[in-house]
Amino acid sequence: MGDTMITSVPRALLTLLLSALAPLLAQANDFDYRLAPRMIANDVYALIGTTEDFSFANGGNIVNSGFIVGPSGVIVIDTGSSRRYGEQLLAAIATITDKPIALTINTHHHPDHFLGNQAFPPDTLAATPETIHGIRTEGEGFSANMYRLNGDWMLGSEVVVPAKTLAAGRIRVAGRDLEFLPLAGHTASDLVVIDHDSGTVFAADLIFNRRAPTTPHADIPRWLAALDTLEAIPAKRWVPGHGEVSEDTAPIRHTRAYLEWLADTITRGAEAGLDMTEMLAMPIPEAFADMNLAASEFRRSVTHLYPAAEQAALKR
Amino acid sequence: MIRHATLAALSLALLAGSSAGAANLQTTAGVQTIQSVSDPLDSPRWEDMRKMFFGDAPVIFDERVRVSAPRIAEDSMNVPVTVDASALGDARSVLVFADFNPIIKVLEFQATHARPSLGFRLKLQQSSPVRAAVLGSDGIWRVGGAWITATGGGCTLPSTGSSSPEWQERLNEVNGRIWSRVDGGERVRMRIIHPMDTGLAAGIPVFHIEDLALADSAGRKLIEIQTFEPVSENPSFTIDLPPEATSGGRLHVSGRDNNGNRIDAWVTP
Repeated sequence: MGDTMITSVPRALLTLLLSALAPLLAQANDFDYRLAPRMIANDVYALIGTTEDFSFANGGNIVNSGFIVGPSGVIVIDTGSSRRYGEQLLAAIATITDKPIALTINTHHHPDHFLGNQAFPPDTLAATPETIHGIRTEGEGFSANMYRLNGDWMLGSEVVVPAKTLAAGRIRVAGRDLEFLPLAGHTASDLVVIDHDSGTVFAADLIFNRRAPTTPHADIPRWLAALDTLEAIPAKRWVPGHGEVSEDTAPIRHTRAYLEWLADTITRGAEAGLDMTEMLAMPIPEAFADMNLAASEFRRSVTHLYPAAEQAALKR
Repeated sequence: MIRHATLAALSLALLAGSSAGAANLQTTAGVQTIQSVSDPLDSPRWEDMRKMFFGDAPVIFDERVRVSAPRIAEDSMNVPVTVDASALGDARSVLVFADFNPIIKVLEFQATHARPSLGFRLKLQQSSPVRAAVLGSDGIWRVGGAWITATGGGCTLPSTGSSSPEWQERLNEVNGRIWSRVDGGERVRMRIIHPMDTGLAAGIPVFHIEDLALADSAGRKLIEIQTFEPVSENPSFTIDLPPEATSGGRLHVSGRDNNGNRIDAWVTP
């Protein structure tokens, strides 16, 4: 009796545990992001991630990447959140075209936009000087954090710093009419890529569509100026860094409205003498209820932005 | 999400009958009934905390000792916390600690004329309850707290000041401001330049502010604060004065760090 009690309890527990874990294991242990390139214009493709935060469940696939098939090669815009993402993106491109990779762009130095670099030919990797500097100095820290958040999806991922420098201007790449527009505000350098042949703007993380913007390296006045520049481009469609592709400027205006509210709320809070814990308790206006993660991103943004606003208010 | 101190059903039940519990406490020498109340934050360190800070004194969990903090710390080096024991009525002295920090005690303060509340920031080495405890005139410790999830490293990372020459010229510089409040009271916010090194980062000795006091221009002490290593670099404080403690004028900040450097500054409205 005693024996059966001792053995049957752990066995029952084990069965329970395994049945609870089974769906999780089945879903995740093939480490397949199931990347599906969507044609958004002739020879232009986007891969749209979820509008969530990083997690083991999504493996870090919360980001958009894209590619353009030119007459003599492929231009890749951002390489995703891990070595696996990069490899699977390369394989997805190969299902569309057998042309070689001509240029692989990292739009800015955040890890979900460059940690797939390993999969691409090293001499095609390119970014602005500021982004190259950011990846070189902060890349390892970002990478460690991504392992913590996404777990084994990150296995084998290493930081690869682009060697090629991109500058502002309109040039032909692999026979395609492209324009590089280096803006800033989300980070110190956010590279916008315009495909003039199709009227497509890859706007990097300057635009978030129905997903709250993130601000760990933000300069909001510069970001707002960048949004003005973007809105003036006579584009047919915008590919945001996070969220759905848009054929109008609504996501630009919504991103601007959120950032203006955020900056105003933080400045006014500091001027009124609020403590940071009181700022964290602020409600999110109804206007941003359709933005995924608005409440949690607001609280992160208070941590990023409030200390500087407080100091300004104290020093006067 | 802001979390206030929450209570388990068990201690709620105890509070509901708190007058009976207190009567019981005073008439019987044995206070085991109260000591055995389980920690509403369910921390495996609670028993050690209780022995370390309260010894054999009776302790109850009381939601009137409010600890406001983010559920998740975005920056482990600067975790904002507000403790507020105003709802207790006669609270003056408050002790703050974090169960899982390598240096557990964060600060203590005596609100002689200020409200018994304080906003500050601390370093968290890992996820931990942050608790505030108040010793009542009845000899009972009343404790509130909140769990904060943190990725960590807050106490063993070097301060940014330790690698920058700037703080040496500005050490103990105070920036502050006074606001009038709608209730007729005043709010004081101040920030002091200090690296607040814990001594746990390799090669950087312990160096932190130990004592701070805020007084009015007539010399009346409003609040005294004893700070320990876990208080964040360049400490910032939020202090509220009730109407009867306001003078409308400037306030004096004094104090010293563990190397004997003085803090001596005025905060103006």
